[in-house]
Amino acid sequence: MTELKTSTSLLLNIEAIRADFPILSRKVNGKQLIYFDNGATAQKPVSVIDAIDTYYKNQNANIHRGVHTLSQEITVAYENARTTIQKHLNAKHAHEIVFTSGTTASVNLLASSFAKKNIQAGDEIIISAMEHHSNILPWQQLCEEKDALLKIIPISKEGELIIDEFEKLISNKTKIIAVTHISNTLGTINPIKKIIAIAHSKNIPVMIDGAQAVPHTAVDVQELDCDFYVFSGHKLFGPTGVGVLYGKEKWLNELPPYQVGGGTIKTVTFEKTEYADLPLKFEAGTPHIAGGIGLAAAIDYINTIGLEKIAAYEHELLLYATDALQKIDGLKIIGTAKNKVSVISFIVEGLHPFDIGTLLDQMGIAVRTGHHCTQPLMQFYGVPGTIRASFAFYNTKQEIDEFVKTLMRVINMLK
Amino acid sequence: MTIEEIENEIVEEFEMFEDWMQRYEHLIDLGKSMPMIEEKNKTEDKLIKGCQSQVWMHSELKDGKIVYTADSDAIITKGMVALMIRVLSNHTPQEIIDSKLDFIEKIGLTKHLSPTRSNGLLSMIKQMKLDAIAYAAKS
Ligand SMILES: Cc1ncc(COP(=O)(O)O)c(C=O)c1O
Repeated sequence: MTELKTSTSLLLNIEAIRADFPILSRKVNGKQLIYFDNGATAQKPVSVIDAIDTYYKNQNANIHRGVHTLSQEITVAYENARTTIQKHLNAKHAHEIVFTSGTTASVNLLASSFAKKNIQAGDEIIISAMEHHSNILPWQQLCEEKDALLKIIPISKEGELIIDEFEKLISNKTKIIAVTHISNTLGTINPIKKIIAIAHSKNIPVMIDGAQAVPHTAVDVQELDCDFYVFSGHKLFGPTGVGVLYGKEKWLNELPPYQVGGGTIKTVTFEKTEYADLPLKFEAGTPHIAGGIGLAAAIDYINTIGLEKIAAYEHELLLYATDALQKIDGLKIIGTAKNKVSVISFIVEGLHPFDIGTLLDQMGIAVRTGHHCTQPLMQFYGVPGTIRASFAFYNTKQEIDEFVKTLMRVINMLK
Repeated sequence: MTIEEIENEIVEEFEMFEDWMQRYEHLIDLGKSMPMIEEKNKTEDKLIKGCQSQVWMHSELKDGKIVYTADSDAIITKGMVALMIRVLSNHTPQEIIDSKLDFIEKIGLTKHLSPTRSNGLLSMIKQMKLDAIAYAAKS
């Protein structure tokens, strides 16, 4: 009954989708651009670009400050953007959505704020072996300052977290667990619901780094029951310089402000300051207003396509590309977890990723090479770096064909 | 030949190629045939770290002229290193200090000089010149 099996690609009108992304029609080094570096940052649809454009042309004013019309209009628009994000994550309250400048800023905010009251000498923090530097360094630095201990959940050679080992790492000193939802280097989808349940059975809060997850999957923070969830706008087809820290109301109320200044207060005297309610308590200074509005436009855009369809189509791309790449002599895929998103890291025996990436770029193909800000992970696999192709829903099988063909040509040149 | 003459020679050599792939193929060939640094000189202090590929660079003064040997883990980087050595090696410290190295731009490799490419070419040139300054100061 093969005829009845619907190809998921039929559910998406890829040509129409591609037309929404102006950059996809540009040429690079004289060649039609093939953009396979979506894990680093995603391209922006016209609706996002227009939202930012309209903001600066027609709506610009500061928020939460003025009585004048422009200020009131944009305050409403900005708060609506927050609500869009809240609904997208299925958070209980809009004030549980804190705008930041990105994932890195969100993790830093949380680590600093959390440490003030909750971390003492001898306490322990757990992260995993596949974390991005942005979810290692803030905790590592905090541990150094507070004389706390950073513990690492190990991974299997396939690139999956070893959950049994994770359970053994937990002690009565464990104060917080911070793990990535999806690995930017390996594409592994981690069983975060299970990790959260295990942690909560011991009353330990969990932060999830969702930077690589939100572009590929629907996230329901209430269903996951995570305490914190962080991500960046730019990987979600939105602008750079904006991101989110979701935190459960209870936690955000409890945590002290991170940066302080204008906008974070109720009353200030030189003796004492009373801080504003959530989320303003964590949003010092004038925020990236255009960013917040652009991010909401990006979320609206992907929701008109539907994350379920996106995930199904991207899975097709993943299988198609994995199959084709595996046939190349000497090519080894790094990260072969059962549950993966459309991210493929690989190395080619005897060849340096930099050389491959440089030549692919000459042919108009954008991939990422190097350590992907996951040096400990590279050390685990004993490689200096990998080549990473990461696909979005606007990529096609034809592009993968072209990529594989070019890659083989490049390998021949280098051998 | 003077440094400038060698630079011109390289520019002419690269002009013969029709497209980018051929230029890179040439670079790769140059990389493969580069005078290798001796293993004993491949020490940590000779290492120029780029974000993606790394270069080992060693220099010696012979009869008033500097001789460079090097290696890299990436072949394209090695090709670029080979070009730099061909241009600068066997010249006096002062000639090396004064060199402009316009050829990099002329053969279209400037993008490898941008700090974001982080392949160490920029740091490598700096190191070659620093070595020359050090030798010049000693003599
Ligand atoms: C898993 C993960 N965490 C954190 C980050 C950092 O994100 P940003 O640079 O947007 O702060 C990235 C970006 O590469 C990532 O992939």
